[in-house]
Amino acid sequence: MHSLYVVYNALPSMLAGSLVTMGNVALSLTMGLLLGVPMAVAQVYGNTLVRKLVTLYVWFFRGVPILVLLFLCYGLFISMGIAMPPFFICCLVLGCTSTAYQSQIFRGAIESIPRGQFNAARALGMHDNMAIRSIILPQAMRLSIPGWANEFSILLKDSAICFVLGTQDIMARTSFAAARTHEHLALYAAAGVLYFILTLAVLKLLRRLEQKVHVPGYSSGIGMEGMGMG
Amino acid sequence: MNQQAVLRVEGICKKLDGKSILDDCSLTVNRGELKVLIGPSGAGKSTFLQSINCLIPPDAGEIYLEGQRLDRADTAALCAFRAQVGMIFQDFNLFDHLTAEENVAIALRKVRGMNASDAKDRAQNELARVGLARRALLYPAQLSGGQKQRVAIARALAMDPKVILLDEPTSALDPELVGEVLAVIRDLASGGMTMVMATHQMDFARALATEILFMERGRIIEQGAPETLLAEGSNTRTRDFCLRLLEMGA
Repeated sequence: MHSLYVVYNALPSMLAGSLVTMGNVALSLTMGLLLGVPMAVAQVYGNTLVRKLVTLYVWFFRGVPILVLLFLCYGLFISMGIAMPPFFICCLVLGCTSTAYQSQIFRGAIESIPRGQFNAARALGMHDNMAIRSIILPQAMRLSIPGWANEFSILLKDSAICFVLGTQDIMARTSFAAARTHEHLALYAAAGVLYFILTLAVLKLLRRLEQKVHVPGYSSGIGMEGMGMG
Repeated sequence: MNQQAVLRVEGICKKLDGKSILDDCSLTVNRGELKVLIGPSGAGKSTFLQSINCLIPPDAGEIYLEGQRLDRADTAALCAFRAQVGMIFQDFNLFDHLTAEENVAIALRKVRGMNASDAKDRAQNELARVGLARRALLYPAQLSGGQKQRVAIARALAMDPKVILLDEPTSALDPELVGEVLAVIRDLASGGMTMVMATHQMDFARALATEILFMERGRIIEQGAPETLLAEGSNTRTRDFCLRLLEMGA
């Protein structure tokens, strides 16, 4: 009973922390979306130099752990004498990492659109940018939704690591309450449930979006149901 | 120069990995003519057609539309050229996320700058022209192969092209669907549309072509009126190829 009482008492603080967590994830995902799409386009349609630069970026952020990047970024700002809020550093690091992963989700989707459609658009007099914007990306974005949903759930869970810099997210507030009350098991179980609920809610929303933009007769939906996304 | 020439292509060459794919291919199409490219698979027919509108940029050669030389390095000029030269592909290449009507309307809006309502009206007219008015709101995945190709033709027609290039428009279709597409092309030919078509439909070529161009190993090796090239005893490579096609069909 005492455990439940402790969780009940810590819940308002943990819920406030979930706003910080969601803010962090939303900003990082948005950054990843805004930078990941142009990077994917550059990787598919760009010249050799641009393609190599994007590949280098992706390799770096795929290859270095987020925890290392957080300390690296934090240290960088300190060495420059800039007192950057931890929340900003977390958004920056998670955003840059997510950009790398999202760019690969979008790249795969762009490459799965038959090249003939790009040629047909050009044959109608569209210049390359117009063909990419009007023909390729609307289809690629639809195909990216399942991968993007995956990226969201990974990022949400990765964001828990940000408590090491002192952001007031779910994990930080849970640790604080656990240190104060010594009810580690109950509090971390509650934190797990909170993360689970957030993940499930957003995945359901994304699934609804996917159904809303589904093109009749198009095969992508069938594939996803087969992968247990239905 | 012939004042009637809508499209003139001179000395197109293309090499891929050091291998010559097109070697000095030339072609002149006058207003209302239907020129038919025939030849074995791999002869370069598709590459030639796609080089004409620079989807496959040629290494050498000149392209003129109504006497005006195309500057291939000028992107705006190239887009304007392509907007006037319709292209029909073997595998339709419809935009999967758009309805038949939107497939036809999108270039009218994005390239011609037409407003959405006018583009929609025009798209409906073009779909009616190819017998698909009732299919306007269906997506490509909901259409048969023949219907898809007719939408692709409507899409090209909506741009008021000066010439249409057709790259084996029936070869990806089930045999029973070939007729509906050929009927539309036949209507276009009788309506005076200028066209260049690669095909293996020899009866169609014999009946409607102004001229047949026979391609082999990237070169146009014979060209002439169908009645000349296909005449009994003409002993041409074209006739030989047609007889073999007939034997395979028999």
